[in-house]
Amino acid sequence: MNGPHDVGGRAGFGSVAPEPDEPLFHADWERRVLGVTLCCGALGYWTIDESRHARESLPPALYCSSSYYRIWLESLERLLLRHGEIVPEELDDAYPCTPGKARARRLPPEQVPATLARGAPTARDVDAAPRFAVGDTVRTVVTHVHGHTRLPGYARDKRGRVESVHEAHVLPDTCAHGAGEHPERLYTIAFDGETLWGSGGEAGLIVSIEAWESYLEPA
Amino acid sequence: MSGSEEEPGDPEDGDGDRESRRGLAGGRDEPKHGHAHGHAHGHAHGHGHGHGHGHGHGHGHGHGHGDDHGHYNHLDPVAARVRALETLLVAKGLVDPAAVDRIVDTYEHRVGPRNGARVVARVWTDPDFRVRLEGDATAAIASLGFGGRQGEHMRAAFNTPEVHNVVVCTLCSCYPWTVLGLPPTWYKSPAYRSRVVVEPRAVLAEFGLALPEGVTVRVRDSTSELRWLVVPERPEGTEGLDEDALAALVTRDAMIGTAVVAPPGTAAPGSSPAVNIAS
Repeated sequence: MNGPHDVGGRAGFGSVAPEPDEPLFHADWERRVLGVTLCCGALGYWTIDESRHARESLPPALYCSSSYYRIWLESLERLLLRHGEIVPEELDDAYPCTPGKARARRLPPEQVPATLARGAPTARDVDAAPRFAVGDTVRTVVTHVHGHTRLPGYARDKRGRVESVHEAHVLPDTCAHGAGEHPERLYTIAFDGETLWGSGGEAGLIVSIEAWESYLEPA
Repeated sequence: MSGSEEEPGDPEDGDGDRESRRGLAGGRDEPKHGHAHGHAHGHAHGHGHGHGHGHGHGHGHGHGHGDDHGHYNHLDPVAARVRALETLLVAKGLVDPAAVDRIVDTYEHRVGPRNGARVVARVWTDPDFRVRLEGDATAAIASLGFGGRQGEHMRAAFNTPEVHNVVVCTLCSCYPWTVLGLPPTWYKSPAYRSRVVVEPRAVLAEFGLALPEGVTVRVRDSTSELRWLVVPERPEGTEGLDEDALAALVTRDAMIGTAVVAPPGTAAPGSSPAVNIAS
């Protein structure tokens, strides 16, 4: 979706301000949001694609005015509501109306290391041969995706070169909506800066993205 | 992603989040924040330390009367919401606060850019490892003991005298947690994410890094679950150094691509202090 998250090439955000000796967290609640979000992920209701889509689907004004962990908090509440694990009254009162449904999947502390070590791999085996080869010229698709996609707005309908052919990965466009994994080959596509930005980008720039096969057409 | 409240010079932003940031930054200096109101409930204490177990709080003193947020009204609104949500999920049996603590401890103390520095130093000292990293970065990095969440599918980008790589995620904040830990705020900021794909040299200059004119800047937008680790060039004057000494030179920013690794004893251009937390 052309949401507020898709900021590549947007203007007006000012200069980058690296913070000397930046702490890992700027408030204690950020720690709790990180940990609670990961614990809730272990309940198994949603994938990383659905959680990303929940974040980018926040009201744009809220998204743009919120810090990273505030966005995590807002989307976590919405995901728990969507999947029926909490109801609004419980949030208001901070007190349960009913016991949790997924209690059996609660992440115990002793399983945290193994869970983090396992992660959530998205590579899948597919039978189909890759449609494109290293060195091919391709064009990214013209699209207006109403749901989730990982093809940034600035890289649509652009000519690029296939730089690497990777394994197949779960397709975020369907997975985010509970519509199946539909794994596709993934490619690294390199674009000349001039292709993306005309004369508005820096000379000599090369930008690459990873693109699923359905994001690409022969050029 | 982070919002405009992290922009410098934005004093008009009255967003509660900014307030919380300011307020709870003070909370780090316990006890002036958490205890400020002298609550008799005893439930706030400990949270400010990041490993508190005030999580059972709220029970046994007047639940059901609908004013539970009142228990948290010494906190700013966002902190109170987080406290309320965690309290609810614990009470529903969905979250074990000790698991939250353990996750936080992992990224605060165990997983960080020292992992990536170890990978880079090994590349510099072991040509076979470099070949393995080129062929299967996930497996090569796993052989050093690093793997898992947000590092399931690793790739390495090798800087050369001709090409300088810099990594971004324009769509969110994808970052190789297993080798670099959690991303810094600037990496998550819309300023960095919007501009580095258009004018990376201007962005790098804001880190104090000026690349020679002939160098091609290669920006890698992390749009998939592949995670990129930049392998910086080994600096001159390090011929006699062993792997440990080399790893100590490698900064987090050099592995994102917003810095280069400076020779020993010199200030690193574009290098913010090596906030390498974990070993």
